[in-house]
This record gives sequence, structure tokens and C-alpha cells, in this order.
Amino acid sequence: MILFWVAVLAISMLLYVLLDGFDLGVGMLFGMIGDRERRSAMLSAVAPVWDGNETWLIVTGVILWGAFPPVYATLLSAFYLPLLLMLAGLILRGVAFEFRAHAETSRWVWDIAFAGGSFAAAFVQGMTVGALVEGLPITNGRYTGGDFGWLSPFALLCGVGLCLGYALLGACWLVKKCEGDTRDAAYRLIPRLAIGLLAFLFVVFVYALAAHLQVMDRWLQRPYLLVFPVIGAAAIAGLARSVARRRDGVPFRMVALTFAAAFGTLAISFWPYMIPFSMTIDDAAAPHASLAFMFWGEGLFVFPLMLIYAAVNYRVFHGKVRPDAGHH
Amino acid sequence: MELTALLLSRIQFAFTISFHIIFPSFTIGLAAWLTVLEALHLTTGQPAYRSVFEFWLKIFGVAFGLGVVSGVVMAFEFGTNWSALSRMSGPIQGPLLSYETFTAFFLEASFFGILLFGRSRVPPWFYLFSTAMVALGTMFSAFWIMVNNSWMQVPVGYATTASGQFAPTDWPAILFSPVVWVRFPHMLLASFLTGASCVAGTGAWYLLRGEYHAEARIMLRMGLFLAAVLVPAQIFFGHLVGDYVHDKQPVKFAAIEGRWHDEQPASEVLIALPDEGAEANRYSISIPVLGSLIGSMSFTAKEAGLTDFPARDRPPVAIPFFAFRIMVGCGLLMLFLAWYGSYLSATERIGERRWMLWAIFLGFPLPWIAILTGWFTAEVGRQPWTVYGVLRTADAITPFLTVREATISLVVFCAVYSFIFAFGIHYIYRLLRAGPAGGLIEPPVGAVPNRPMSVVDRSATSTAPMGDRT
Repeated sequence: MILFWVAVLAISMLLYVLLDGFDLGVGMLFGMIGDRERRSAMLSAVAPVWDGNETWLIVTGVILWGAFPPVYATLLSAFYLPLLLMLAGLILRGVAFEFRAHAETSRWVWDIAFAGGSFAAAFVQGMTVGALVEGLPITNGRYTGGDFGWLSPFALLCGVGLCLGYALLGACWLVKKCEGDTRDAAYRLIPRLAIGLLAFLFVVFVYALAAHLQVMDRWLQRPYLLVFPVIGAAAIAGLARSVARRRDGVPFRMVALTFAAAFGTLAISFWPYMIPFSMTIDDAAAPHASLAFMFWGEGLFVFPLMLIYAAVNYRVFHGKVRPDAGHH
Repeated sequence: MELTALLLSRIQFAFTISFHIIFPSFTIGLAAWLTVLEALHLTTGQPAYRSVFEFWLKIFGVAFGLGVVSGVVMAFEFGTNWSALSRMSGPIQGPLLSYETFTAFFLEASFFGILLFGRSRVPPWFYLFSTAMVALGTMFSAFWIMVNNSWMQVPVGYATTASGQFAPTDWPAILFSPVVWVRFPHMLLASFLTGASCVAGTGAWYLLRGEYHAEARIMLRMGLFLAAVLVPAQIFFGHLVGDYVHDKQPVKFAAIEGRWHDEQPASEVLIALPDEGAEANRYSISIPVLGSLIGSMSFTAKEAGLTDFPARDRPPVAIPFFAFRIMVGCGLLMLFLAWYGSYLSATERIGERRWMLWAIFLGFPLPWIAILTGWFTAEVGRQPWTVYGVLRTADAITPFLTVREATISLVVFCAVYSFIFAFGIHYIYRLLRAGPAGGLIEPPVGAVPNRPMSVVDRSATSTAPMGDRT
């Protein structure tokens, strides 16, 4: 039962990173390469799906709360200020979709809200992962770091890194969904973002070595983990090839695979900890009665349905964005 | 009063959840109504239904967006500000709210995209199905929220573990608690009434301005007739909710009634100024015996007063006392508007009674006021407990939360919410003022054709030319 919920949690988190990753990425690019024409195309590429994408974040949150309450309680309260920033970002970018369509003179407000909110949310998510990798100050299962215990150069670096990663996902999504000028602009960005991301990974690796992060020992103890970087490298190679050949559908899959590899690396390096390296999965698990109640309804029946709804949604809006796909 | 992290967190939670509830209470009712309109449009082929649908869909879109983003905050706030609560009650509240996310949010999010952007991409029956799924999702969401909150009001089916967690021992008792099954209908009816009241109010507004006659009549009639049936049902369920409070939360009941001392038979305080210092009411107007009749359906029953309970276990009296009376007042006003309005509408005389149109138009926020004050009664009346009788609010807060953090977050939420609220209301107002005229979209390339809409049956007085639209 515990393992089942760990698995559903992992799937939900990965889906969140991949799906909201691309629409947050499109949001950031929206601020950087968007002229009037492109912006409309970029919005159309994510507008019908962003709400569903973001819902995977809520799924992650409520699984944590229901199945691993101490993790939910500890992490959310520890990251109080960063999460506030993320929520403010998600609120502003979320309403921007609808508000922008109704705005006349104030459209620029929602352009800034969409791009800025996306950037804030992506940055905070990267930063929290960085802080977790480095290790939060936790004693006896209670956070003891104060208002800024999560703040470190490494965490900030990871924030920048995830922004690069999401922007890369976003650019690949635009290549997949858009045509003409928007697609070309996205193609031009992909190599730069990819190189930026690789540079970031290199710096992280050197930093982790230099700072003797506990994660590094895990990689030495578990050499099979090297499989993930190899998959990641292969995917990057596939990305380069598909970009060179202008095969619109492939780059997104390649970057998604890279993300999945990175996610796998982190997940398995943390195992069996949920908060590295102070709270294990078994420490955190809710009583059996809670896990079983969740399993027999939402786990067994509703979770597959959720995947189907999401698939239906993507199926309905498959293919290139239509030029007339304007707002209702 | 000193500004502690606890007080700031309570203000923040009250503010964010009050802001949030405004939108779901509207969209729950509106989603159900949109489903009815789309079904009527598909079966009758009347263009006015489609026109009204498209018009309200745009408003639904803005309100739904505001509901989604303010709802995301709620999913985090339990952990950020109330981590002691979420650690202890996580095994019960966590699964309940995870059911909400799993069963409701994905239905809403996936099919909402189709509602807004997909009419040209799916067959008509699937579009109707999508509308119904969004409506169903909003109701599922309300259900799980009410199960969760009812458990906090009357905790059942649990045991406290050695580590201080509340572990579930009896899920059926939690899900089928009688408290849930009076409070869930109460909330659902309130949401339907919100939708009905906004729709009728908008219809009345257009009639007053002499615009969109066909659409306005549909809105006014459907809104008023629905409210005429639902308001009495709502009053009945309200009474049942009062019964559970009387039996399970006697101190909250005493605060609502403004009853300081045991009385037998008890009088009913209609209005007064409760004075907590003196433990008495000032300027009180009350009716003898009615208190026992309302509380226990008896002419002789003894009813408990606040002084039966130690002061540290009593809620603040003024808020539940006044909030409850405002809620009931709104309910009675709605009953009058719905019944008299329906009568006038059924006898085709409502156009002559402009004061009544004004009253219906200006009365559109009544259900919202009733919902907010009803929740103030329920939540403030539960104090000083977060989980009634088991966990005090003061012990539920994140223990290391600083005044600095709590101040920053309260200020940020107030600023961001005021900002989006101001713009959201502005856009909704502009949509309402523009009216349903320009509402229909041209069928995009490759669209599945909808039933051709005739203009024959459109009212001659309509000022909205739509002849060339489908």
C-alpha cells in the first residue's frame, strides 16, 4: 500500500513537471520572444490544457497530505515564503489566460503577469528541489531553519536551472504546436537553452563534488544510477538530431525523456527518504486505514480515469494550433 | 489586540477562503444551469438558448478562473500555516481532500478546456456531455469539502494514535455522518440559488434597460422559478443544520441564539446587542417560548445558555449572532423576491412592476451575503476549536511560524486578491453590459455543424440582430 502511493506520487510529480513544465516554459518565452502574433499563437498552444496540467501539482500536494502527512506538514511550512511567491505567480499567470482575452487597454498588465508569474513559479520549484538536495535543517522530524533556512547559493542555482529546463520544454512544445514564425523562433532558441541547461548541470555536478553533498555518496554506492545520465545524454543527442532535421514532434519527447531521467536520478538517489536525509517513506506513511481508503477508490479507479480525461483533453486539441483557435 | 502569528494566520485563512467561496458558489450553480441550457438548445433548436449559453459561458470562464487560482492557495495553506493540524489530521483530512482533487478537479479542468475552446472540435452530444461533466465536477468538489468540514465540526470515526495523529477507524461513519448529509445539500442549494439569483438579476437589468428581450425573459423566468422552488427547500435544510448544531455543538447554538443563561422554556432573541463582558444582551427584543420551539420542537424544553460552558471554550458571540441573523434575513428576502417575482412573471405582469425588476436586479448578491455569513456562523461559532472539542486553533498553527512571515503573506494575499478581484469584476461587468448580442462565434473551419438556428421565433422587440449567425 505504501509503495503504491509512492508510485502514484512519483507519477503525478513527473507528469506535473513535464506538463506544467512546458506551459510555464511557454509563459517565460512569452515574455522573451513574443511579439503580438507570436503571443497569440503561444497562448493558444497552452490555453486549453494549462488548468489540467496545474492540477497535477494539487494532486501531488493532496497525496502528500493524505498518504504522508508529516512530509506535507514539514515541507510546506518550511518553504513558507518561497511557496507564497510561487502561489502569487500561479495566481497571476492563471487569471491572465482569461483576463487577457477580455482586456482592451490593460492587456500589457496580463502579459507581464503571465510571463512573470510563470517565471516565479518555475524558479521557486527549482529552488525548493535544490534546497532538498542540499538538505533542510530538520531535527526530530521538525523543521528548525527559520524564515530563510532554505536559502543557499545552490538552491538559487537550481532555481535558475529549472527555469532553463522549463523554457526548453516550452520551446519544444511550441515547435510541436505552432507553425511559421513562432515555430522558427522556438527552433532558434532550443540550442541556446539546451547548452544553458547542460552548463547548469555541469556546475551543479562540480558544486556537489566540491561541497561533498550527501547525494554524491549515494551515486558512488549505487553505480547503476549512472543509467539515468546515459539515458539523458542519449535524449539530448536525439534532441540535437531532431532539431537539425526540423522534425516538429520529436524535440518535445526528447526533452521530456531528459526530464524523466533527471527525475529518476533524484528519486532513486533519495530512496528510501522522502525528505533527504531525515524522513523515510515508512516514517512518513499515514496509517493503513488512510492508505487503504485512498487505494480502493481514487487509487484503483479514479486515477486511471484521470489519466484518461487528460488524454481525452490532449486528443481533442491535438495537432497544430489552428489559426482560428481564438478565444471562445 | 496583539498581532500574533496565530491571529494573522486566522485572518489570512478567513480572508483567502471567503474570497475563494465567492466563485465556486457561483460556478456550481452556473455549470448546472449551462448544462440545462445546452440540453434545451440541442432538443428545441431555439437560438435564444444558445445565445444565453454563450453569454453565460464567458462569465463562467472568468469566474471559474478566479475560483481555480484561489483554490490552489487553499491546498497549500493547510500545510504552510496550519502544519500542526495537517500533521495530526492528515490521515483523515488528507484522504478526503485527495478524493476532491481526484474526482472533481480533473473532470472540471479537462472538460472546461473543451467548453471554452472545443465547440468546433467535438460533436454536439460530446459538447453537452462536457458541460455536464464540468457541472458534476463542481458538485463532487462541494461534496468532499463538506465532508471534510463536517468532520472538523463533528469529528467521528477516528482514534488518537500514540504519536498524536487522528487515525481513521470508521470511514463510513465519516462519509455518512448525518451532519454531512444536511450540510452538503444546504451548500449545494445555496450555490444553485446564487446562480439563479445572478441570472434573474441580469434578466431584470436588461428588461429595465429595454434590451435583449428574448434572452432577458429566459433568464428572468428560469432564475425566478428555480429560486421559488429552491428557497423553501433551503430554509428546510437550514432548519436541519440548526438541529445538528443544537445537538452536537450546544455552545455554538447558544452563541447564535444569544442565550447567556439556561432558560425553560426558552425565549427566542430576535435582535439584541450581546455584551460578552456583562454576559448579557442589551436592547434585546425576544419572543417567549419560541426558543424552545425552534431548538427542541417543544413548548417546555430547557435550552442551554453560554454560561454553562467555561469562558475558554466559548466562541466570540457577536460574529455568529449577527452573521446568522443576516443570513436568515437574506433568505426571507429571497423568498419574497422569488415567489412574488414568479407570480408576476407567470401572469406576464412583471414588465409593469419596475420596482420589482429593480428589487430583483439589486438583490442579486443576496445569496452571496447569505453564504458568507452562514460560513462565518459555522466557522467562528466552532472556535476556539479547529477540530471541534479535540484540537484548539491555537495548537493547530505551524509552531515556528514568525510574525514576519505571517505579515508578509497576509499583505501579499490581500494585494494580489484585491488586484485580480478588481479586474475580474470589471471584466465581468463589461461582459454583462455588452450583453448576449455579440455572443455567438462564427463556426470555425472544419467545425461540426450545429443545428441551424432559426430566427423566426425571436421576439420582435429584440434589439439584437443575429440573423446571419449560426
